[in-house]
Amino acid sequence: MTATEDLTNTTSTDGAPALEDLVFEGSERVFRRGDDSAVLRMSEAEVAQLAIDAPNVALETNTDERTIMNMGPSHPSTHGVLRLVLELEGEVVKRSKPVVGYLHTGMEKTAEDLTYLQGATNVTRMDYASPLFSELAFSLAVEKLLEIEIPARATWIRMMMCELNRMSSHLLFMATNGMDLGAVSMMIYGWREREEVLRFFEMVTGLRMNHNYIRPGGVAADLPDGWTDEVQRLLEMIPPRLEEYDILMTGQPIWRERLQGVGVLNSAEALALGATGPVLRSTGFAWDLRRDDPYLAYDEVDFDVVVGTYGDCFDRYAIRLNEIRESMRIVQQCLDQMPKGDYRVQDKKVTPPPRARIDESMEALIHHFKIFTEGFKVPEGEVYAAVESPRGELGVYIVSDGGPKPYRMHVRGPSFINLQTLPHLMYDGLLADGVAVISSVDPIMGEVDR
Amino acid sequence: MADEVEVAAEEGTEPEVETEQVETAYGVPVTETRGERVLHPTADELVATVAALKADGFATLLDVIGVDYLTHGGRGDLPATITPQRFEVVYLLRAHIKHEIIRVRVQAEANEPVVPTLFDIFPGAETPERETFDMYGINFDGHPDMCRILMPEDWDGHPLRKDYGIGRIPVQFKGAPTRR
Repeated sequence: MTATEDLTNTTSTDGAPALEDLVFEGSERVFRRGDDSAVLRMSEAEVAQLAIDAPNVALETNTDERTIMNMGPSHPSTHGVLRLVLELEGEVVKRSKPVVGYLHTGMEKTAEDLTYLQGATNVTRMDYASPLFSELAFSLAVEKLLEIEIPARATWIRMMMCELNRMSSHLLFMATNGMDLGAVSMMIYGWREREEVLRFFEMVTGLRMNHNYIRPGGVAADLPDGWTDEVQRLLEMIPPRLEEYDILMTGQPIWRERLQGVGVLNSAEALALGATGPVLRSTGFAWDLRRDDPYLAYDEVDFDVVVGTYGDCFDRYAIRLNEIRESMRIVQQCLDQMPKGDYRVQDKKVTPPPRARIDESMEALIHHFKIFTEGFKVPEGEVYAAVESPRGELGVYIVSDGGPKPYRMHVRGPSFINLQTLPHLMYDGLLADGVAVISSVDPIMGEVDR
Repeated sequence: MADEVEVAAEEGTEPEVETEQVETAYGVPVTETRGERVLHPTADELVATVAALKADGFATLLDVIGVDYLTHGGRGDLPATITPQRFEVVYLLRAHIKHEIIRVRVQAEANEPVVPTLFDIFPGAETPERETFDMYGINFDGHPDMCRILMPEDWDGHPLRKDYGIGRIPVQFKGAPTRR
């Protein structure tokens, strides 16, 4: 507590606002530090010690009604390897602490050892449900450092692929959210539709996931012949399926009972915790980088930003369902307006020569070899580029020292930051609702742990 | 100097307040890189600077990022009044109404890197600060729960430091010794 007082004192001088004034109305609870906070600030060693001392603690502090329970890391509803340490009072969750790091493989360290061209293969493995967004954020950051403009066709291909990826990611959410809440058949339906989108990705990029398709300078390959028919087929097939989802879930009294009023957050709290994406929009705060800080060509397409009202699990579900529809609107516009031209920038510095030229020209061969072994050099500096991924603001921060590899690459994973809202969403709710809450935040652990 | 601080804080002006050498905004040196403003407070000025930013509409702290400049060649982008140090903590803040993103870069010395926590202004700083501590060993003074987050609790060292080797698996079986 003394630390708080010290900080308050330093700021109240020289005309800067006092810290108390910066707690926006309605968000007081997220600022708490002590035992009344929703976050269980206890290390693993302390929890283990508590288990040993349990009988004594119960007598001394009269907390005998509270139990500390471990959930995960391999629990079916924790979406991978999320572990939660929960403090329970009967069946009611009090404080809790997400424990992460089980998938930590040092991808940011690895990135310092890969060239800018290889970097996309690394970041694409972070958020494995929406890999194209990580590639896009990385490529935008590198292009910002290089100060190159990419051709219109590449921009529109990127935009269309990303919106299709948003659809597949939200369809995956529909599947897992249904499964977590007992609508088990939903899992099959969500997966079925997602598979159709992934089939199109396979046709374009060669892979269902981890595409390495969006690269600094453009995209890896032009769209294949017959892509319009495939996209058109998707756009005709998915809307009736979404109607089915509405019948299965949205209008169902059981579904509503399970989600409405569960895991409530308000805008001030969401902003204070740094939450973005559907978690922030469910509170009624209309913020979408596609509209508010347009990148690619989002300022040339028509779409709506879907917001909620109550900030509960139902709003987060409904937002994602309707974002699939908005994404389809954007994909339709991409289909109609796809410009002709090159799919990557013809800048000798970053683009390898076309395959055919390598057979004829020694210089082209050397050039190809240089780019793929040594990599291209990127001017010194530091940049941050952000995109709106299905989970929120996905940003890439790169420090370059002028060499062919990033000096430092950091990914702002929206799942990682959104996970901070979990203890506050679960506080004073039932343990069974905790499952609904975890599901509705939709964390992808690959991105949390990196 | 104090007057300029107040003007900047009151009107939320652009960083046009000129002094002899360095431009300032919110009372601290500011630089511009690729169209984005970067503030360079010292560790002592950090909390006041970020508080002023929040009062001026920067409502979200997006991320806290550590950087280790041990093997970096030059640090030409820092303003003249700031002494480069080995570690740097970068804060990203977003103003929703002004549609602006601002970076705050704070230097932290090599031996005992310490920076004050921003928890009391942005509770969302809690886990990214823990990540920065875990990866770089930069301490955040006043943090409610300063412990590791991604690495195991009993881990030695801070993996993203430049002098921390990239992983090697110890060789369990070696080839048979030859005569040469």
